[in-house]
Amino acid sequence: MTAQEIFEKLRTEAGDAVIECVVQPSYDPFIRIAPQAVFDICHSLRDDELLAFDYLMSLSATDLGDDLGVVYHLYSTKWKHKLVVKTQVPKDNPVVPSVERIWRSADWHEREAFDLLGVRFDGHHNLIRILLPYDWEGHPLRKDYRTPETYHGMKV
Amino acid sequence: MGLLNKLDDPYEGGGIVLGKVEELLNWGRSKSDWYLHFGLACCAIEFMAMNASHFDFMRFGTIPRTSPRQADFIMITGTVTFKMADRIKILYEQMAEPKYVISVGSCSNSGGPYWEHGYHVLKGIDQIIPVDVYIPGCPPRPEAFEEGMILLQKKISRQAIFNKRKRLGTE
Repeated sequence: MTAQEIFEKLRTEAGDAVIECVVQPSYDPFIRIAPQAVFDICHSLRDDELLAFDYLMSLSATDLGDDLGVVYHLYSTKWKHKLVVKTQVPKDNPVVPSVERIWRSADWHEREAFDLLGVRFDGHHNLIRILLPYDWEGHPLRKDYRTPETYHGMKV
Repeated sequence: MGLLNKLDDPYEGGGIVLGKVEELLNWGRSKSDWYLHFGLACCAIEFMAMNASHFDFMRFGTIPRTSPRQADFIMITGTVTFKMADRIKILYEQMAEPKYVISVGSCSNSGGPYWEHGYHVLKGIDQIIPVDVYIPGCPPRPEAFEEGMILLQKKISRQAIFNKRKRLGTE
């Protein structure tokens, strides 16, 4: 199925939580969804017979200025089709439902997004830093991140 | 080195060599260095080539150890992040004296490509532990490893063992 067809199918099921489908030349088409509906939509994306997205290729986060974006790259090994799903949360309360229970590969991806950009995944069983030391302050890939002067007495 | 040359010209009667005990000890120490290898990045990959039969690191008398308590020197090969810097410090403190440090590659020498904008990289391992030999390169060729090892051996063979404080005070 193409992204447009998937979008229309999701639209009939989930309604306004599926916001838009953006198709641009030379870019992967993507579907933008509301953050509070991430878990339910992802669940039907995996379990629907016609969609069957059984593989989460990548879960990444981006800093969009006032918002934080989370991007899911999905693939179906059954139907060989791909889909990009995007969602956006405000920076002062960046909470996104975790999809770790849907795709187990999301576990470390979500920890990385939390570590470097501070997206809090609601429902993750072990949301701790994965790359940086546990006592690190701040999230370094945010645009407003200020590099500290020292760490444990070592000059940065 | 210096000791063995004297064997070519022994005193009459044969088998007698005159030399300093210190030279003998230092000769032994410099020819049998066990190392703790701390591989962190691509320099450690180059170090595998150094250890393999083409370059044969063991001909310098080195034996890799997995415990800092058995090691004479530690080889820091690769990018030292702050997370790792704490651990390196602990490992170095666990080593028994006399201990030496070889810093391999641009990253552990000075931060390398991360020297300006790396929020997570230590800008040179010499900020936390004293370094004896720096091996430059990104990553260094095995020949550079060889030279670094020879430099460390030279340094060890020149070191004072007895009456250290008295002699080093006058130098």
